[in-house]
Amino acid sequence: MLDTRVSIIAERLSQVGKVLAVSSGKGGVGKSVCASALALSLSKHGYRVGLLDIDFTSPSTHVILGVEDVYPEEEKGVIPPLVHGLKYMSITYYSGAYPTPLRGIDVSNVLIEILAVTQWGSLDFLVLDLPPGIGDITLDTIRLINGVNFLIITTPSKIAFETVRKLILLLQEQHVSILGVIENMKMRDSHFIREQVERHNLSFLGEIAFDSSLEASIGAVDKLLQTKFMKTVDEILSENPAICNS
Amino acid sequence: MHEWALAEATVTAVLETAEKEGLQEIVEVQIKIGELQQIDREIFDFALSQLRPLIMETTKFQIETVPAELHCRVCNYQWSFTSEPLDLEVSEAIHFVPEVAHTYLKCPNCGSPDFEILKGRGVWLASIKGGK
Repeated sequence: MLDTRVSIIAERLSQVGKVLAVSSGKGGVGKSVCASALALSLSKHGYRVGLLDIDFTSPSTHVILGVEDVYPEEEKGVIPPLVHGLKYMSITYYSGAYPTPLRGIDVSNVLIEILAVTQWGSLDFLVLDLPPGIGDITLDTIRLINGVNFLIITTPSKIAFETVRKLILLLQEQHVSILGVIENMKMRDSHFIREQVERHNLSFLGEIAFDSSLEASIGAVDKLLQTKFMKTVDEILSENPAICNS
Repeated sequence: MHEWALAEATVTAVLETAEKEGLQEIVEVQIKIGELQQIDREIFDFALSQLRPLIMETTKFQIETVPAELHCRVCNYQWSFTSEPLDLEVSEAIHFVPEVAHTYLKCPNCGSPDFEILKGRGVWLASIKGGK
């Protein structure tokens, strides 16, 4: 039997210029904040941007963006509402604040369902916020989204990078596009991550200093846009045209 | 009208399969719809009638709704989705993303949310008959 929903995914994404999968081997490295900031920064530069949170068991971009009281419109599928200029989609529209414990096959089915019914329309970028690791969602992102581009986040930690290395090796082995690696929460001078990234023949996209004011901006996008963190994300985007080029 | 998107997926899957199998005409198609999707068959059938291309103009659609069976991984209890009393909001949420059943449903025997959906989700192309 053929899952018909999978057959329509390419069509649903046919008007999306570039899909950016923000990913990491490790949790807690700032993927969701980076994905949100990246989407906001691209939008600020005049691009049409969608943000899809595919960390289905631990979604958090709705908290970062302060999403409240908005829901998708139903029209030949589901049309994501505009949140701070982004077409924003999350399982939390349906699960609310309750826990949604999902095993692998369920996680895959959520991704298939959402990709099959969401009408993104015309977008320059669709940013995906992935869960950590190289489990179901990473594998399904590779399987279901043709031409997806990974953007990897790490911290300066050797522990974090060791898990990132596995992600890099998997993606390289599967010939999946990697735009590069961002080093987040940098607290002291070190070339360790840059050297490791370059050893894998990848672009080191930049480093973001630990910003103690960031926490206070969670849920308040106007504040987030004023943070040093956000300014660095803007700089990384302008210094790395490969992220924006189609 | 979420049904429209799933009907569109069905037509796309049928065309894709017909092309792979080199079919010049499509006589009959069997579709299985999981109960958990809670699809409004009237809307789904209408969408199919509107979306079907010329090659499918006379195609007979056999559409079956597959009852959802749930199985608790913790205590092995098995039960059917139809027996679940759901309020409208929960029912709507499951309609859009069937796996949020794990958000709202618990095993009636032991209360665990760790259950598997044995059958009755997704929209499947079960078979296609046609001529070359």
